[in-house]
Amino acid sequence: MERFTGKVWLLGNDIDTDIIMPTEYLAFKTIDEMKPYAFSPLREDLAAKIKPGDIIVAGSNFGCGSSREQAPEVVKALGVKCIIAKSYARIFFRNAINNGLLLIENDELADDVKEGDTITVTVNEKIEYNGKEYPIVSLPDNLVEIIEAGGLVKAMRRRNGLD
Amino acid sequence: MGQTIVEKIISRNTGKNVRPGDIVTADVSRVMLDDIMMPFIVSKFREMGFQKVWDPEKVVIICDHLVPASQVDDVRAYKISNDFAREQNIPNLHTSDGICHQLMTEAGYVKPGDVVFGTDSHTTTYGCVGAFSTGIGYTEMAAILGTGQLWMRVPATIRVRITGKLPENVMSKDVILRIIGDLTAAGATYKALEFCGDTVENMSVSSRMTMSNMAIEAGAKCALFAPDEKTAAYCGIELTEEVRSLAADPDAVYDSVLEYRAEDLVPVMACPSQVDSIRPVSELIGTKIDQVFLGSCTNGRLEDLQAAAAVLKGKKVAPFVKLIVTPASRKIWQEAAKDGILGILSDAGAIITHPGCGLCCGRTGGILTDGETVIATNNRNFLGRMGTSKVKIFLASPVSAAKCAAAGEIVL
Repeated sequence: MERFTGKVWLLGNDIDTDIIMPTEYLAFKTIDEMKPYAFSPLREDLAAKIKPGDIIVAGSNFGCGSSREQAPEVVKALGVKCIIAKSYARIFFRNAINNGLLLIENDELADDVKEGDTITVTVNEKIEYNGKEYPIVSLPDNLVEIIEAGGLVKAMRRRNGLD
Repeated sequence: MGQTIVEKIISRNTGKNVRPGDIVTADVSRVMLDDIMMPFIVSKFREMGFQKVWDPEKVVIICDHLVPASQVDDVRAYKISNDFAREQNIPNLHTSDGICHQLMTEAGYVKPGDVVFGTDSHTTTYGCVGAFSTGIGYTEMAAILGTGQLWMRVPATIRVRITGKLPENVMSKDVILRIIGDLTAAGATYKALEFCGDTVENMSVSSRMTMSNMAIEAGAKCALFAPDEKTAAYCGIELTEEVRSLAADPDAVYDSVLEYRAEDLVPVMACPSQVDSIRPVSELIGTKIDQVFLGSCTNGRLEDLQAAAAVLKGKKVAPFVKLIVTPASRKIWQEAAKDGILGILSDAGAIITHPGCGLCCGRTGGILTDGETVIATNNRNFLGRMGTSKVKIFLASPVSAAKCAAAGEIVL
């Protein structure tokens, strides 16, 4: 199983898609142009501080609100390795999986962890932080298939005989 | 064992007797694509290697979020929409007719029992006519355009029963805000809501639309009303046994049941900046306001404008306060003009805009700045939604909003 260590950015409950990517920047041509504005209504400087390999830890209902897929795409483009939240809104969950952004559900970590600390994740198995282990539930098979194909675009390319 | 409405719709669609938790592949009845997502949908469609959409008649493209353009680059989305419609022979393209969710039911694209997906989270709206409908991202939309299918998990259902007569000045907006407050913003995640009881039976389809529109604010996947005579009249169809039998079975199994007495409900508002931060208007009296927004796919229909006009007839919007009115579609705009409603609102001092998403999504038509307060009839009061992150947004019914506009502060 893939294992990685990353620095934590800690966010609260109900981090909505208007916070992750405000509507005024949604019509930009590329996800790269949107990147600097990610999370700006909540923390203006956060996008500039996030480094590739960092991990976002948050409370419940992460990604609630709009169906805008720019939200998970921009988080992925910032180099965020994975999000660990207590729960996710359903459209964000599907959009993230379809773009190959790893989402992990865990009830306790957000209450224990401090921003700036590092955690270690073993995919589909556990999170390690401060000498404590947090178990992770595996994803359902149909979602694993999409992730294994490398996202929905690649799955469709394969279906259409392109890859 | 009996079935809920959503279980019946998905069972009919897939030809299987489904239960909550089943993962199925549905044949899609109709899709809604909005302008702001079109550049991404088309690019993913091509990247996936598709040449032709599976059924051009089933595709509806609606320009609304960016109409009229407020940034030079918005025009790119129109061009991509127009070009894709031409290339694929898609007959259903709306370039400036109104807000997508209003048009999908108003123009007859959605019927009871349909399975509909849209690239906007408020696609839950079409549950008002007994259709399964929900929001998805642009990558999944591109996959549907190529295949006509999408996988989904059959949701468990939360039943919401409301009985009795609503007090004066309590609108369906107050009802759904109260329900969201009780469920919380994540309380219905992955689940279907099903509304029943004589209170909703007595509501117009427009009032029901407000409730199914906002179900996503509790995280719901869809929000359904059983189709009845009003639904049939609205959709221009006959109420056949097939349609009527979409209603839940008496022995259907629910995840949970919420019960309300209409007489107990009061006018409420969602306070900044959480949709589930619900308080009675009586507790907010005296809060000074800078602007009122009457419109959106939540509350921009004729009955909403009529309710506001009844409050504002012969009155003026308070000094220093702006009232922005955005009818949900051109048809509604024209009906309201013909009925003299726009005249009443204009006499009161309203700014009346073209139908579109405009201020609700913070793109155009009345955005606000630090320290300002707005009473708005739309569906979201998220941080930064209608201007800067220091704008206070209170969500309210059209009647409450109109009263505040005249008073210049929150009043009951």
